[in-house]
Amino acid sequence: MSLNFNVPEFMVERNEDRCIQCEVCVRQCANEVHTYDEEDNKVYADETNCVNCHRCVLMCPTRALSIKKHSLEFRENANWTASAMNEIYKQAQTGGILLSGMGNPKPYPIYWDRMLLNASQVTNPSIDPLREPMETKVILGRKPEKVTFDEDGNMTTKMPPQIELSTPILFSAMSFGSISKNAHASLARAARETGTLYNTGEGGLNKEFYEFGKNTIVQVASGRFGVHKEYLNAGAAIEIKIGQGAKPGIGGHLPGEKVGEEVSATRMIPEGSDAISPAPHHDIYSIEDLRQLIYSLKEATDYKKPVFVKIAAVHNAPAIASGIARAGADVIVMDGYRGGTGAAPTRVRDNVGIPIELALAAVDQRLREEGIRNEVSLLVAGSVRNSADVVKAVALGADAVYIGSAAVIAMGCHMCQKCYTGKCNWGIATQREDLVKRLNPEIVSTRLANLIRAWTHEIKEMLGGMGINAIDSLRGNRLMLRGIGLSEKELEILGINHAGE
Amino acid sequence: MAYVIIGNAAAAISAVESIRKIDTKKPIILISDEPYHTYSRPLISYYLGDKVTEDTMRYRGENFYKKHNVTTYFGKKVVEIICDKKQVRLEDDTFISYDKLLIATGSKPFVPPMKGLTGKENIHTFLKLEDAVELKQKVKKDMRVVIVGAGLIGLKAAEGLHKLCDDITVVELADSVLSTILDRKAADIVQKHITQEGIKFIFNTTISEIEGETKVEKLTLQDGRVIPCDLLVVAIGVRPNVDIAQTAGIDVNRGIVVDDSMQTNIADIYAAGDVTESLDVASDTRRVLALWPNAYRQGEVAGCSMAGGDAIFDSAFAMNAIGFFGLPMITAGLVNVDETQAEQYEVQLVYDEEEKWIKKFIIKQNQLKGFILISKVDRAGIYTSLIKEGIDIRQLDRALTSDAFGLIAFSKELRAEKMLKGGRI
Amino acid sequence: MKRVYANETYCVGCKLCEIHCAVAHSESKDIIKAYKKEKIKPMPRIVVEDDMPISFALQCRHCEDAPCIKACITGAMQKGEQTGIVTNEENRCVGCWTCILVCPFGAIVRNEQGKKVAAKCDLCAEIEDTPACVKNCPNEALKYEEEGE
Repeated sequence: MSLNFNVPEFMVERNEDRCIQCEVCVRQCANEVHTYDEEDNKVYADETNCVNCHRCVLMCPTRALSIKKHSLEFRENANWTASAMNEIYKQAQTGGILLSGMGNPKPYPIYWDRMLLNASQVTNPSIDPLREPMETKVILGRKPEKVTFDEDGNMTTKMPPQIELSTPILFSAMSFGSISKNAHASLARAARETGTLYNTGEGGLNKEFYEFGKNTIVQVASGRFGVHKEYLNAGAAIEIKIGQGAKPGIGGHLPGEKVGEEVSATRMIPEGSDAISPAPHHDIYSIEDLRQLIYSLKEATDYKKPVFVKIAAVHNAPAIASGIARAGADVIVMDGYRGGTGAAPTRVRDNVGIPIELALAAVDQRLREEGIRNEVSLLVAGSVRNSADVVKAVALGADAVYIGSAAVIAMGCHMCQKCYTGKCNWGIATQREDLVKRLNPEIVSTRLANLIRAWTHEIKEMLGGMGINAIDSLRGNRLMLRGIGLSEKELEILGINHAGE
Repeated sequence: MAYVIIGNAAAAISAVESIRKIDTKKPIILISDEPYHTYSRPLISYYLGDKVTEDTMRYRGENFYKKHNVTTYFGKKVVEIICDKKQVRLEDDTFISYDKLLIATGSKPFVPPMKGLTGKENIHTFLKLEDAVELKQKVKKDMRVVIVGAGLIGLKAAEGLHKLCDDITVVELADSVLSTILDRKAADIVQKHITQEGIKFIFNTTISEIEGETKVEKLTLQDGRVIPCDLLVVAIGVRPNVDIAQTAGIDVNRGIVVDDSMQTNIADIYAAGDVTESLDVASDTRRVLALWPNAYRQGEVAGCSMAGGDAIFDSAFAMNAIGFFGLPMITAGLVNVDETQAEQYEVQLVYDEEEKWIKKFIIKQNQLKGFILISKVDRAGIYTSLIKEGIDIRQLDRALTSDAFGLIAFSKELRAEKMLKGGRI
Repeated sequence: MKRVYANETYCVGCKLCEIHCAVAHSESKDIIKAYKKEKIKPMPRIVVEDDMPISFALQCRHCEDAPCIKACITGAMQKGEQTGIVTNEENRCVGCWTCILVCPFGAIVRNEQGKKVAAKCDLCAEIEDTPACVKNCPNEALKYEEEGE
């Protein structure tokens, strides 16, 4: 075997004064970085396999471990950076495309951080959410042009299906297969506990999870895995997945080794076979085709379930969104280029798509201009990192947000970005039984529910500060936003003034 | 009227505890021919070796009798049971009436007739604390000690005396040590280990004559050898102490015969412990199983029955945990398979003579019937429970001989049942 | 009585329970000192059996009708009248291992450092309200509760 040019990314620092050779790190590292040498009575590390997931660091009972960026220096070069070179070493070695997990890590601008929120002073008093009622309830679904009432005051307009959420935060699609059953169970339980929804992803739905139906969005993607009538009716809503922010224009590929007995049964594919989601839906080549699918699904569910259509935020998102609304979707979901994934080609993840903030502003604007904003709810995803991002998204026009990466971080993810290896030490992105059992849904569902509650509290604080007592009153209220350090063009697209204006 | 208990060791004490769980009122009278607070007989060798004191040998705390409202007659020997009057008579002609009587008189040493046995000093048995106290006083560093019998008692005596004198020889009629609890291979390992400590063995013979004026001086063995001896310990074996039972007309076979509530053939008379015989499920024969845990359980059942409760002593099999000079061994059930019956049994054996360990399992019709563990004795109780519960070993997904054998070998359901039920077993 | 119950579904096989048990029964009760300085090597009274993905921790079940107490030849093994905790009075124990012979869980271990004694779980009754194994289980695979809770 010829020399492998790859250099280790990290180094394990073991404080020998604290290491008690208990071997917890040895037992806990799925990448087999740590080994115990009986002869020397020492634990050693082979750091070439270290992904810096922090499992050993946090499990070590004496806090003897630390992981550092490897001190190995490349000759300084602003163009040929270490990561650029390492990628070439890898590709020269394997001849394959590079794979990555989680979202785009590149230093593109983050518009959330270039927008500031307003607060009331004197003239429009702020509200204390601890003393006064504050509404974070959101109702998703197509709203009628107008409502009519009969003589007794009863509404005569037939309402399209609506979904009520206690807070404008949902868990985004993560399939059983890409994440473990325990991770899936944690999301389902947390959604039920906090009055929101989680999303099955494209892997179908295990029968055990049907009990969470009221809090479930069932997804229909290009592979149509696990899709049948019972499945479509099992959830509160159906989501057609056209694209994903992390890999617009690209299909999905769940390797056969992750397709065990349960995944196989849920996806309705043979055990051990690769689950390939084609890049396009082979029956959708136009808005009219999409409309057919939307209505097929509505037929199958007796027009009782709202149908979401999810696209990746791409250059002409506004026109596409307009088409989706007109095709009959109840909710449009847009996923920005920072959205996470279990596996994506690195080049696609890092170079395709547009920021969700800009796409959201543009789409909201376009739908308003066309007078059809009321016909759809707008859901955005693609790296909503905290409650301020949520508030800003709503002010830009979103009805609610999806969180994926934030949710897996709450579950224990430490962003090692190696989901595609199937060796997730936190039991999230893996099907290996010994790793899956590390994720206890009793603990993790509480953590997820805590996160939703914490953010909801913060949202209320920020709303109150702005003198607003309902999240609905903030929606599309861009006066509450000011840009900072943004160009005229950026401000124009975002539809906001610069700070100081 | 009272509960009367003859004896003061495991069976007697557990009977007291068991009676008092049901009946806190009625007097209990406990009679023992030894003058001591209840103590643990197996510890007498530890007493010799200074590993325990009379104080730490106590089997129960100082206030045991008071706490359980027991009247004690220590140093008093029961010489007669008068069944029709429901009385026992002591040596000093005291009569004590009983409502329910428990005979827990244990064992007595078996000393076969030997030429020159009587009328000499320095001949001892090794069963009671008194024996150990005497031995300790008598033995001198330069004495040549001979122990007859390489069974549990003989070897324990050797271990206990080891630090007190330099020259110890064990004479055994059989061809190996511990022939009742070990097979040949295991016995060889144990013997080798004990020999390394400086203890000598003479096998396949026994004493034909004890010579000496007032004290033991030398021994003539059956094979003609003559060996010098300053102190002789007779540890050939024990017999159930059934004398008073027998004269009272109680059914005695090898030991006192009892039913599963520990009652004898005579109403209101019970027996428990080493004095009884019980069904050995490993060999499917009735025999005397002189074992501490057995005695405790029998006493418990007897006490419960005497106080009017329902308890059953169902099954028993031989089991021993013992060690010599730091080499531990645990055996249970069947340890040797007769060659004539070899076909019915499967034997699984792993061992390393150099490292002095053995694991041997005897299986019949997929059920564990017995085992020998030398040195590697950890978690032996799981094997004991396999024998006791008659578990089909085909259900286990790990070899019995594996060092990682444990509850992990059981099915998840069986394991959960065992572990989750609050320790009810 | 409260006992420690293991949920093997979520046992990750890290053996932190063993380590913290050993520390709780060490002299200094300080993890680094216990392992690095104390002459008597810290010894757990809990056993993790593992063959991944199966793993579970096991310690004395503090049986209602404890065979170890009945079998104990010295009377060292006792059950707390109030607490129900089965404890071994180590100064009376002579290390004959009869308790090991009869414990159907294999939950009693040999401590042969210094005087030989049987070592077993005491539910950390003298040290803490919650046993160290339960407190330090990173995945709540050990619970300390009344039966059937």
